[in-house]
Amino acid sequence: MDGLVSFGYTQLAMLRDVVPIAAILIGFQILVLRQPIKSPAQVTIGMVLVLLGLAMFLQGLQMALFPLGRLMAAQLTAADFIYGSETGTPLQVHWLDYLWVYVFAAAIGFATTIAEPALLAVAIKANHVSGGTITVRGLRLAVAVGASMGVTLGVLRIVTGTPLHWYIISGYVVVIIQTTLTPKRIIPLAYDSGGVTTSTVTVPLVAALGLGLAETIPGRSPLLDGFGLIAFTCLFPIMSVMGYAQLVEFKARWLARRNRQD
Amino acid sequence: MALQCFNPHSNCPPPLRWMIVWSAVLQPLISVIITTCFAENYKMHPADNPLLPNQNKKRPLGVLWAILRKAAKPLIESAFALLPIILVIAFFQLIVLRQPIPNMGQMLWGSLLVLTGLALFVQGLQMALFPLGEEMAYNFVRKGNLWWLLVFAFALGFGTTVAEPALIAISQEAARIAASGRLIHDSAEALNNYAIGLRLTVALAVGVALVLGVFRILKGWPVQYLIIGGYFAVVIMTYFAPPEIIGIAYDSGGVTTSTVTVPLVAALGIGLAKTIHGRDPLIDGFGLIAFASLTPMIFVMAYGMLF
Repeated sequence: MDGLVSFGYTQLAMLRDVVPIAAILIGFQILVLRQPIKSPAQVTIGMVLVLLGLAMFLQGLQMALFPLGRLMAAQLTAADFIYGSETGTPLQVHWLDYLWVYVFAAAIGFATTIAEPALLAVAIKANHVSGGTITVRGLRLAVAVGASMGVTLGVLRIVTGTPLHWYIISGYVVVIIQTTLTPKRIIPLAYDSGGVTTSTVTVPLVAALGLGLAETIPGRSPLLDGFGLIAFTCLFPIMSVMGYAQLVEFKARWLARRNRQD
Repeated sequence: MALQCFNPHSNCPPPLRWMIVWSAVLQPLISVIITTCFAENYKMHPADNPLLPNQNKKRPLGVLWAILRKAAKPLIESAFALLPIILVIAFFQLIVLRQPIPNMGQMLWGSLLVLTGLALFVQGLQMALFPLGEEMAYNFVRKGNLWWLLVFAFALGFGTTVAEPALIAISQEAARIAASGRLIHDSAEALNNYAIGLRLTVALAVGVALVLGVFRILKGWPVQYLIIGGYFAVVIMTYFAPPEIIGIAYDSGGVTTSTVTVPLVAALGIGLAKTIHGRDPLIDGFGLIAFASLTPMIFVMAYGMLF
């Protein structure tokens, strides 16, 4: 009963998200384009499915995974877990003390990105457009590896307390260098994959991790140091997708050279 | 009156509450029935459609098996998405933290909801959001009016971002940071104004991003020059912006792109690139989302400098 009521609320919240989009689409369709859409029944049913699917997806996450994931982020970053209950937190933290936190950051960054519906949508589209050369799973794995690296580095930054912008600016330098080296056809997709990584699944868990860390480490303020993890999660998939494309190209070149020698 | 029902903690009149409950019960049922009726119906061969009278009804079990397989395929796909999270959480709970998993029944039921929800979402995506985005792109190009297309791009970016829940949360947090850094007065009104201003700034940034991105597709400019130019702008702004705002500005790029907007925007870009002569869908069609996650950083830092 309670579950059903809260599911109803999740549906209402989804509806509130979709109403502005639907209003813009219908408004332009009627007032500007003045053309009936081709198959209104199919589109209407599809929209209902999108709404309902997302509501069920979110409701399921809130029931099964988010509470435990948030609790876990809090427990792993608590001083009791890291230093034992007797000693308490030292004034100066050593970055190696937080080893399990890095492992958790890497694992949760990867796992939440794989489950991200927006990324799935872009991967399906990229697969169609590329005529099958970009596989749905390949792209999702490449993006997830990047997100995993990003969250881990972001957590390391919170632990060490170094300024955020140096990391991001050096990330930009790497992206610019990679842009000159990768196959041109992958560049727009790689840039896009940064933005789609952080959505309904990733943001709540990653933000909980950052907030938990910033609260427990002495000298960090949750308000100032808790931010920045999402920026990392956005930046690193750009690198990993371009890196993946480079690897594929190297492999193709290497195979071609070997075939020529044979 | 009905609006208060958006908030689970407010008291909502019983009839409305019952309507919410019943919609929660009935909608999944109806939608599953509809999906099985319409799923890929528009491209399915009549002989494969389990709902049409079948011409070769020799193996009734074979038909049943085919239906089951068709129904299971999207579920298996979404299981691939869900499995890593479950493994990570189980590993850390059982092995690192050494605690039992609470509420097993709720976990299983929730996972089932996630699986079905993702499968329905993907189905709806291919039935509605993708065709709609591409069709609108086609219609705008055929109409030949550039200005309306740009107005549409701006409205889509602004309208979908301004009500985004993640953005509302982050802008309230940002107002608190600004107050603690003595950038604004620590009063409820000042905080509220700052948060609303920030929200409008980010929404404006996404609107501008889509306008810029659509214009780029029309012109056929390579995406990397614009994005790298944006990076330089971010770096330069970082030196002048107040340090308190930098973290929020960098994060605001990521929170703007919601799950419903992304497929629609991607389809719009690809539809434009497909329709305009001489554009490649892979090279010119993608890139809109990249703009939408870059411009908010620049705009938010500018907001932090001005206020």
